[in-house]
Amino acid sequence: MAEIRLQNLQKRFGDFAAVRDSTFTIGDGEFFVLLGPSGCGKTTTLRMIAGLEFPTSGRILLDDEDVSFRRASQRDIGFVFQLFALYPHMSVRRNIGFPLVCQGVRRREIDERVEEVARLLRIEHLLERSVNGLAGGDSQRVALGRAIVRRAKAFMMDEPLGALDAEFRHLMCVELRALHDRIGATTVYVTHDQVEAMSMADRIAVMNHGVVDQIASPQEIYDRPRTMHVAGFIGSPAMNFLHFKGSLQPGQASIRINGDTLAVPALREGIEDGQLALGVRPEHVCLLDRDGLRGEVFGAEYMGTMQVVTVSTDHGRVKARIPASIPVRIGDNVGLGFQHDALAIFDTVSGRALNSDLFAGAGHG
Amino acid sequence: MAEVFVDRVTKRFGAVEAIKDLSIAIPNGEFVVLLGPTGAGKTTLLRLVAGLEKPDGGAIVIGGRNATHEPPALRDVSFVFQQYSLYPHLSVYDNLAFPLRAPGRRVAEPEIRKRVREVAELTRIAHKLDNPATRLSGGEMQRVAIGRALVRRPSIYLMDEPLSSLDAKLRADLRVELKHIQADLGATILYVTHDQTEAMTMASRIGILDRGRLVQIGTPHEIYERPVSAYVAARLGTPPINLLPVGAVDAEGIPQGTMTIGARTEHIELVPDANGPAEIALVEHLGSENHLHLQVNGHKLVTLTNPQQRWEPGSRARVALKRPLCFDAAGDSLAAAAA
Repeated sequence: MAEIRLQNLQKRFGDFAAVRDSTFTIGDGEFFVLLGPSGCGKTTTLRMIAGLEFPTSGRILLDDEDVSFRRASQRDIGFVFQLFALYPHMSVRRNIGFPLVCQGVRRREIDERVEEVARLLRIEHLLERSVNGLAGGDSQRVALGRAIVRRAKAFMMDEPLGALDAEFRHLMCVELRALHDRIGATTVYVTHDQVEAMSMADRIAVMNHGVVDQIASPQEIYDRPRTMHVAGFIGSPAMNFLHFKGSLQPGQASIRINGDTLAVPALREGIEDGQLALGVRPEHVCLLDRDGLRGEVFGAEYMGTMQVVTVSTDHGRVKARIPASIPVRIGDNVGLGFQHDALAIFDTVSGRALNSDLFAGAGHG
Repeated sequence: MAEVFVDRVTKRFGAVEAIKDLSIAIPNGEFVVLLGPTGAGKTTLLRLVAGLEKPDGGAIVIGGRNATHEPPALRDVSFVFQQYSLYPHLSVYDNLAFPLRAPGRRVAEPEIRKRVREVAELTRIAHKLDNPATRLSGGEMQRVAIGRALVRRPSIYLMDEPLSSLDAKLRADLRVELKHIQADLGATILYVTHDQTEAMTMASRIGILDRGRLVQIGTPHEIYERPVSAYVAARLGTPPINLLPVGAVDAEGIPQGTMTIGARTEHIELVPDANGPAEIALVEHLGSENHLHLQVNGHKLVTLTNPQQRWEPGSRARVALKRPLCFDAAGDSLAAAAA
């Protein structure tokens, strides 16, 4: 078990700053996800924690011990890549036990630990089978077993589910999280898939261009994104952005877009001549018969109980997630209403969310 | 565009019967999606319509003409595959124009220019017409591949998982685009996928395949609300429908002969109760909603909840099912008894 602290961590590759000044703490037993698009620095951060890269500056503390420049083999950290490379000529038992054989662990102890892991993963009945011909889920469990048999202080996982198809990936997310709850080891997990991050993490660090934009619980990040990048990256369908220009004063609780007045959470800061965007999640949009913001239905996607309606407006396309029972036809002219207390306003130049009452409850989410 | 009729078609590969006595009509202007797991026969059926496979029995009728023994080139169909297979040495323009320049088609160049322009606008690739096909993003390449099919006006467009190689956001965008393009053109499309979201959101009608048979065809709404079997019910819905033995959970309006109960999120009522039979095993955050994993009397149940409802792992609840779907011992649907 371990607490991991990153202090002013930086990594440069020549002129390229892969990670810029990251400072955060991953709690003992936490399932911590580094999320971002490719090239954002998430894997580099993970590799520095694991000891596969050394930082350009800054420190990494593992349980208060400075390990910044220790090699991976001296850190007691387990590393999991994509979870599928098994040794085809070995049994399940030998596949799982292999890392221990490499460490020179005694035969009897290997057997005990392999059996313990197999119990944890519910694959005890498969131990003597060849890994050839295992069902997809079972071979993933074997690969996972091989990763956790080492009882490391912490586990680093780099897109372990990336090669799986969507349905199966979701099943494995549930299983990985349940496994984490049983063994409780600190886990740092890298992914570019926001659904994986949302469904598994205790906390998510959303990264972009080498910088951590926000660290918070999944719900907090979803409800109160601090930057436009975070807002756009999390959620499917993505948050709608309606662009507008203007000056805003602290205390102001409405904005004007195209002559229409919209209520928003009261602002706690102002901006002069801003290039702004109103951020609204599809589930906070409803179709109303009203004047003001209107548009034409471009598409309606049936999803069972819900539907996603795409409306073309003067401010771009807006998606609304509404009950499937509401009749909508392509070409309909509709008015749009927003749930005002859930709206965020972004300064599109800095990408930052303006502080407002939306963030008043921050930290409790 | 034309109606396509698959009449009692059978196709065997050695001992395996991939398609079994299957009939389906794709009316003019409809967007029919074939949905089923790997091995259900979706792609084989598509290839039979295209003429890439020969049936062992039955007939393929395209626009009222028996096309069963016609080679692919004579069938007047356009095919879009999963992997964008563009000509790498040609520009986007020439890739789009290619089908119109095929020997035997001989469309005049001014007409080609007009059609390529139209399709490029439709697929939002007009600004890249002069690019080499290799210098495009994955999404752009797939739009060119779809555009290349659309540039012709065949009897039917056949599409085999055309969006599956794209990332999630792009796939969601192209779903809306493709449906819009289809409606604009009044195109007839037969589309194969294993992605239920694509089927639900784009199809005029969905055909559900199970081991070479067409087990149900209907609008997405019909298939979702009134599946003929537990198999069909399990094809649509996120999280997937919970299939439980009768009696596992309290339920109203269960008809005689029910062996399995199908409970979707909207059938499940959950009330916090420290003495309730259900225990929250896991809360999965999705942002707009949460997936709640429950253990009830030894059975797993997954349902959606509003994130404003704070369920904690380990807490307990009462569960009641309201008018769930009911299936008999064979898995066939039973009409709900009057509640």
